[in-house]
Amino acid sequence: MWPEAAVRMRRPASIVLLILPLLLGLCSVAAAQTSKRPEPSDTRRSGHDFMGPATQAMQRDDDRNPGMLWVYDGEDLWSREPGNGGKACVACHAAANSSMAGVAARYPAFDAASARPVTLGQRINLCRQQHQRLPAWAWENPDLLALEAFVAYQSRGLPMAPSADVRLAPFTEQGRQLFGQRQGQLNLSCRNCHDDNAGGRLGGSPIPQGHATGYPLYRLEWQGVGSLQRRLRSCMAGVRAEPFAFGAPQWVALELFLAQRARGMPLETPAVRP
Amino acid sequence: MRRPDSFSRSRRLVLVAGAGMASGVVHVRPANAAELPADLLAAVQAFAQGAAVREGRVVLDIAQLVDNGNAVPVRVAMEAGLPAATAVRAMALFNERNPQREVVAAQFGPLSGQPEFSTRIRLATSQKLVAVARLQDGSCWSRTVDVVVTLAACIEAES
Amino acid sequence: MARTRISLQGNPVRGVPMEIRTMIAHAMETGYRPGADGAVIARNLIRRFRCSFDDGTRIEPVFEAELFPAVAANPYIAFHFTPPGNGSLRFVWEGDQGFVQTETLDVRVA
Repeated sequence: MWPEAAVRMRRPASIVLLILPLLLGLCSVAAAQTSKRPEPSDTRRSGHDFMGPATQAMQRDDDRNPGMLWVYDGEDLWSREPGNGGKACVACHAAANSSMAGVAARYPAFDAASARPVTLGQRINLCRQQHQRLPAWAWENPDLLALEAFVAYQSRGLPMAPSADVRLAPFTEQGRQLFGQRQGQLNLSCRNCHDDNAGGRLGGSPIPQGHATGYPLYRLEWQGVGSLQRRLRSCMAGVRAEPFAFGAPQWVALELFLAQRARGMPLETPAVRP
Repeated sequence: MRRPDSFSRSRRLVLVAGAGMASGVVHVRPANAAELPADLLAAVQAFAQGAAVREGRVVLDIAQLVDNGNAVPVRVAMEAGLPAATAVRAMALFNERNPQREVVAAQFGPLSGQPEFSTRIRLATSQKLVAVARLQDGSCWSRTVDVVVTLAACIEAES
Repeated sequence: MARTRISLQGNPVRGVPMEIRTMIAHAMETGYRPGADGAVIARNLIRRFRCSFDDGTRIEPVFEAELFPAVAANPYIAFHFTPPGNGSLRFVWEGDQGFVQTETLDVRVA
């Protein structure tokens, strides 16, 4: 069962300390402590909260979550030898539920060899090429999605914790600018909908805040599991802009910015979304 | 912090025993069964095998406004508290506006013990749904509801 | 072989109905959808799902469903089963293009 608390916003309690110096100038200080709940400063909400109860139940119950079928495929792939004499993932990484715990929560991460950030899917492909001597999987390849879902599932419930590596800063900034950049025939930026109008409706559908906390996820519209890149391409086509090519660095920059924007929110892979 | 459960690697089939999850009943606006189009009535009557179909006793649990018409959770059951004599042999679900009227037809064996099933269905557009139960004595009961389906706001790109 | 998940809700008790939840990976292609080239993608559906119980002497049907294109992809089917005693549950999905998949699950009552 998906824990309720993990998708609900946490309200931090704060203690306000008042120090009142005595008017007579004595050195002693009377400290009055009051425990006060401030206005909630974290108004972020997962896309889960914008769905109807039946779809929420589909995500929260592993018996009903179709994304789990991809997670199981990924589990098989983790132990499957590639057939060219190379090693399976498990040979180097051992049991995924220990070695991969927390990993997806800090992606995209900086790849020193290419001096740029890489997504989890790109990292898996780099491992595949460098350590298994196999060609990289194509974008949205079902095996790549399954393995990515399985690895990310090992971080389910953990807070998004993108790396504080300073080398990521210029790429995060690029992502931030892309997020605010108007584009397409409809001349809308991500921010226009997902910051300025989140909670409203577009057509009959609620506008979520756009936190990418559950990828790869099962999208009802796709009738299958897909990547964040696929979802963002769909958004760009939605505002009648030409989407960046698959694998373009803009996607990585955006994903990096979105991970920072969702810092602290629980990872939900495999999420379910409309 | 929560760690996912580890599960057997050696089997494709994952066997799980866990606590049951209560499903909430969503009240939907009942529709008038008399307003159904002819082909839907014909499909219902074929399932009823000639018996009269009365509105009542059947529960059709579905969201009134669906998130996406590609996968709409639905549960078909009987109202609680019915006498044991009303043993249900079969239940079926029909739609008004998909390309085909039938959605699913279920049969309950002696080891079922509870006439109910849940699944996820596709709805092409806003429309009526009819759930029908056929009892052991041949009598039939139904429930008709209206469901609203909106199109996805952002059109899917070629992927 | 398609990925499946089968889950019994609670521990089996003789004579007490319990819910079984099943999921199977399958595109359930309706035969109505055009592909990227405009041509209609051929229908490819799971047509029938059956669950039966084998108590060692005979096999009894528990639940059967005939599925149509309106059943969503990666079909989720949940139903009830009242265990009469120990035995084994058998789940069979059959469909177009010769699709057949069988899974079994032992049942031990409390």
